[in-house]
Amino acid sequence: MNTKYNTLLKSITMNELFKSNMKSLATGLGYAFALLFIFSACSDDDTPPTQVDEEEVITTLIVSLTNNNTGEQIELRSQDLDGDGPNAPVIQVSGNLTVASTYNGTIQLLNETVSPADNIHEEVLAEGAEHQFFYTQGGGLNISTQYSDVDSNGNPIGLAFTLATTAPSQGTLTFTLRHEPLKPNDGSLSGAGGETDISVSFPITVE
Amino acid sequence: MQKLLWVSMLFIGTLSQAQTCELIFSGIIEDQHDDSLLSQALITLVDTDYYTYSNELGEFSIENLCPGNYTLEVAHAQCKTRTFSIKIKENTSKVLKLEHHYEKLNEILLKGNPQRINKSTVVDYLDQTRLAEKSDQSLGELVSSMAGLSSMSTGKAIIKPAIHGLYGSRITIVSGEVRLEDQQWGSEHAPNVDINLAHSIEVIKNASALQYSGDAIGGFIVLKPQRIPVKDTIFGKTRISGQTNGQGGSIHAGLVKSTESGWYGALNGTFKRYGDFNAPNYMLSNTGLASNTLATRIGLNKFNYGLEFSYNRVFNNLGILRAAHLGGAQDQYVALNSPEPLIINDFTYEIDRPMQEVTHQIASIKSFVKSATFGRIDFRYDYQFNNRLEFDIRRGSDQNKASLDLDLETHSIGLDWAPQITGLSYLKTGFSGRYFNNVSDPNTGVKRLIPDYKRYDLGVFALAGKPVGERFEAEFALRLDYMNIKAFKYYYTALWEERNYDALFPEFELQSLGTQILTRPVFSYLNPSASAGLNWSIDQKNQVLLNFALGARNPNPSELFSEGLHHSASRIEIGDLQFESEISKNTSLSFKHSGAKLGLSINPYLRFIDRFILLEPTGIQQTIRGNFQVWSYRQADVFLSGVDYSLRYAYNPELIFDQQFSLVKGYESGFDGTPLINMPPAQLINAITYKSDRLNNMEIRLESSYTWRQNEFPDTNFEAFIPETQTLELIDVSTPPGAYHLMNLEVGYPLLKLGNGLSKLRLRAENLLNTSYRNYLNSNRYYADEIGRNLLLSFTTSF
Repeated sequence: MNTKYNTLLKSITMNELFKSNMKSLATGLGYAFALLFIFSACSDDDTPPTQVDEEEVITTLIVSLTNNNTGEQIELRSQDLDGDGPNAPVIQVSGNLTVASTYNGTIQLLNETVSPADNIHEEVLAEGAEHQFFYTQGGGLNISTQYSDVDSNGNPIGLAFTLATTAPSQGTLTFTLRHEPLKPNDGSLSGAGGETDISVSFPITVE
Repeated sequence: MQKLLWVSMLFIGTLSQAQTCELIFSGIIEDQHDDSLLSQALITLVDTDYYTYSNELGEFSIENLCPGNYTLEVAHAQCKTRTFSIKIKENTSKVLKLEHHYEKLNEILLKGNPQRINKSTVVDYLDQTRLAEKSDQSLGELVSSMAGLSSMSTGKAIIKPAIHGLYGSRITIVSGEVRLEDQQWGSEHAPNVDINLAHSIEVIKNASALQYSGDAIGGFIVLKPQRIPVKDTIFGKTRISGQTNGQGGSIHAGLVKSTESGWYGALNGTFKRYGDFNAPNYMLSNTGLASNTLATRIGLNKFNYGLEFSYNRVFNNLGILRAAHLGGAQDQYVALNSPEPLIINDFTYEIDRPMQEVTHQIASIKSFVKSATFGRIDFRYDYQFNNRLEFDIRRGSDQNKASLDLDLETHSIGLDWAPQITGLSYLKTGFSGRYFNNVSDPNTGVKRLIPDYKRYDLGVFALAGKPVGERFEAEFALRLDYMNIKAFKYYYTALWEERNYDALFPEFELQSLGTQILTRPVFSYLNPSASAGLNWSIDQKNQVLLNFALGARNPNPSELFSEGLHHSASRIEIGDLQFESEISKNTSLSFKHSGAKLGLSINPYLRFIDRFILLEPTGIQQTIRGNFQVWSYRQADVFLSGVDYSLRYAYNPELIFDQQFSLVKGYESGFDGTPLINMPPAQLINAITYKSDRLNNMEIRLESSYTWRQNEFPDTNFEAFIPETQTLELIDVSTPPGAYHLMNLEVGYPLLKLGNGLSKLRLRAENLLNTSYRNYLNSNRYYADEIGRNLLLSFTTSF
């Protein structure tokens, strides 16, 4: 299609073409570098953005078990100060449980990325109807647990519970906090559904 | 340009004098709206025996005329017949303009020589007709019906277009000459464009269109706006659709006012609202969407200069399948082993968390000047503002707060210059500069997924086409891009050290803050890209295209800086500061046959990508929330090869058969060649279209689409401890779902003709057989089936 026009264009000399073209190109490039200069000139005095206060992270779970008879306290603690960061949680169990005893248990949840630490368990308690703790035994542990708190609908939350031991045994006890589980439920994790907010296993010995 | 040259030619023409009754009257017939050349127009000198037809180039000439006054009548099948009075006293040339009937306007605007550059590579089109039929869809959904294209999706609403399996920052999306900058690095970030604003869509399936960018190693999707005629007119269109699945619909209205003097204005609006979609056997809870678009253009279109201001705003509120929100590996195990989604609620229009609210605004200024001496110069400036809010399921006082709140501002300028050079079919050169500022709002109370950064780009390019003999045209393109990115990032100290960044990048460290460290990563990249190609027109009907394209893409912010839990994918994602640019070398060969009955396109390609950045599982991380799979970005040399094939056979003008097949294979280089993750499975589409005047021009199209199972995939399964059963269980996140076959039916019925306008009623039945299936490229495939049968009724009217 362009052959006709091209012939026509030959009447305009290449010299003329390039004179005007070079000028506009030079102007264009001038603008480009001016722009680049402005960009780089105004960028180095930037101040860093503030660090985010991580409001939702649960770094620490503390389970306090108090022996009803002796008053002896045992603490189970999982602490993960970098949240989703690469460090694994540090798990500590302060002692062994005694046979044929009943313990009162309470659960504390903390966000220690902020100072002072946030008490997340208060939020969980306030929204009790949307949360529930589950206690799962594994590896030969033989204990029994019972909820001792209720939400606004009379269903368990699990921040408070009782734990009873009988004979010596050894295994793991897993604390799972589910968000928006089915309530009421059959007490099993699979029956409750919801999303896992916390899942921590502690090695437990009853002697 | 053509017009201008023609005028110059007229001038030269009039210099020669002619004798009595030996005069020649010649000219060109052009379309008034877009200067396209009209062939087969009948030119008659009224009350004489003289008549002739215009040729392929719109040219005609009538010889042996006597001087005098004549009435000229020009008739064309698709245009209003027009008469002209002419006075001939010497050899005369004229450009005669015809106006198309309105209903043909769309077609003509499209065919108006849209592909003047990038001739050595296949450019696939979606024309106005196809767009209007499916304008309720998103861009990703729409283009996935084209050969070689697919979509990466998160449910029904969040759909990213993929070309040969490449998506996200590997694809450049251009809308109204503005390169879209809306955080396409995210796997669940759909492009924020409204296809109703496009008049046609072009897809280039390699990195060769260097006038737009050098880093589109997957290709380009170019949305072309409506070209506005220079004449006193007002026209518009309205489209209303409603559908059963999602129990919602869309409304679009557009109005254009233009004047003879060149001033014009256009206003467009789209509104979409859907509730929960449903799979054949259950509701897909929280998959509703709400979307609205407002777009306006105002401009002046003169013969040798033009100016346009435009503004558009796209807002999307997209629900994410409730059952896809999980808290770690044990939830994943339960969800994967459940045949149905774990959360199924009753239908609702309400869009709850998890969801996204994305607003994208573009303001642009475009101008051009053209002259016979320097050619055409285009200048563009655009400002884009993207705000992305992602709402997660949260606790306590944060419940209504977004978990992610990103603002990305982009300023871009571009200057293109296209001189006419003898011996070249085109030459285009230009530069572009861009500035990005990404700010993440710290008030979310969630560690930033993407750090605050500033980025500067500068690019220069040149493209040229040169005819070689009668049948060949060679193309060359070169581009150089410079990019500089400066970020502020808080890293977990443990990760900073684990990755050895403290030794590799000590200069980035600003301040140690206990478990976290504040860093200042600064990177620069200089990337060359190039393309060379050949277009061989064997004859009128057959064409062979060969193209080699070299593209380079910088790592995006997500690939560099990711570090932390990606909620919607239930995994921890880790980027790498040591990444270098990906280099893609693509060779594509195309054979095209365009006959009256048979149209055929076969397009094999081979693409080697050095340092391809891929995301894959590398381990398990323990957190207080349980175990999460860790996915790390990594670079590997890979190659992709495949073929796109499409065929159209018109048995007769009423009965047309279409066939389309796409296959792509991707492997890591080396002997054992691990398959690449998320490669689209092979797909075959067959369709029959019947259209007849006997049925009042009713059109019926039956489509069958078969998708094979993807049999080649990397094994990314892992084991997780399930406390309830005290066992380690396999979490199968890699096995692709099975093959599926879908049937679609469309019936279009022209209703009435009002003046120049046309109204059409269309019924579309998608997934006619209500098949339950899962799509390998949908990240919700782990949790739920795709949507079931959908009946859609649309009414379109143009005036």
